Amino acid sequence: MSAYLHGFGAHLPERTVTNAELAAQLGCTAEWIESASGIRERRWAGEDTGVVELGAAAATACLSRTGIPASQLGLLILASGSAPPGFPAPGAALAHRLGLGTIPALDLPMASAGGLFGMCLAANLCESYGDVLVVAAEKMSAVIQAHPLDQNTAMLFGDGAGAALISSRPGPRKILRSVLHTDGQFRDDLAFNWSAPLKMNGLSVILQATRKLPAVIGEVLDLAGIPAADVAMFLVHQANQNLLARVAKALGVAQERVYSNIARYGNTSSASMLIAAAEWDEQNPPPGPAVFAAFGAGLHWGALVAR
Amino acid sequence: MPDTRERLRGVVNKIAQQPVPEDPEESLFESGLLDSFALPDLVSAIEQEFSIKVPDADLNPRKFDSISRMEAYLASRA
Repeated sequence: MSAYLHGFGAHLPERTVTNAELAAQLGCTAEWIESASGIRERRWAGEDTGVVELGAAAATACLSRTGIPASQLGLLILASGSAPPGFPAPGAALAHRLGLGTIPALDLPMASAGGLFGMCLAANLCESYGDVLVVAAEKMSAVIQAHPLDQNTAMLFGDGAGAALISSRPGPRKILRSVLHTDGQFRDDLAFNWSAPLKMNGLSVILQATRKLPAVIGEVLDLAGIPAADVAMFLVHQANQNLLARVAKALGVAQERVYSNIARYGNTSSASMLIAAAEWDEQNPPPGPAVFAAFGAGLHWGALVAR
Repeated sequence: MPDTRERLRGVVNKIAQQPVPEDPEESLFESGLLDSFALPDLVSAIEQEFSIKVPDADLNPRKFDSISRMEAYLASRA
């Protein structure tokens, strides 16, 4: 595999929904939401904004930052677990909106692990297709508002989109190894299909995530021959601050080495890891290995290491 | 050596830092003794106490919901 990360982009809608605003609707306190999740606020998109609009904004930001024109892309991958059901899936609309002509657009109807799965697929496809733009876009506010708000899930989610440009052409970071896993045994513990409220067995999801995320990060680091202590930053799906802290503890690294923006954006599902990566990349971080990891409904999980 | 039930009560007490319910059937989570982020600690502590590895396929919260359920799980592993 010869694949390089050229850069990232992100977009968050303007409207901020604070814990105080949400707590009033959920019958709890703003402090309880923050203590249970680490979230202080999240962004919600307006009625006229969907995953295509969110994704287009993140894609444009990514292309601008990398200096790569849309006409140079060879493949678009769009991950979204919150796109409206039916066909065509939103990848075609996003490709059209970005003016990508007739290059193929691949949809990944996945939730929280979608951005990571898109990156891993891109790393393996870029030698055949050329520059690959991976976009993960979510309008989770539509998911949680499709039915009466549920305290345990409504407090968690926000809207947003992230993007990454992956190419076989040499770039700032070479993708060294990636690992993906799926286990359908627990698929009903985190599920949504629009006809019923989002179903989340918190005990099961947290138990699985706290075990699988450190394990798969260790797996990919072992393959790359890189100790966790040498990793400059871990960019992990922003599910819950307590989970991020546990990942850091399990890996034996300082909590500051696991990037966190969940306090500001909540859990934006598949977009969260790429939004975190875009923020981190904008800070012009020092060189060093970076690990990307995600876990979500399916169960799907995996990790990728680049340097 | 304490029996399995007593060892499990010791494990739960260490994590909860509170007295463990007398009734072995009582849910440790519905009672509020443990929260969702205590469950991974509970499973890890059981692995350590009983020198076992709980495979991912067994990571079903119901297996660890009460002292009785944990006893049954450990018996199934014997």
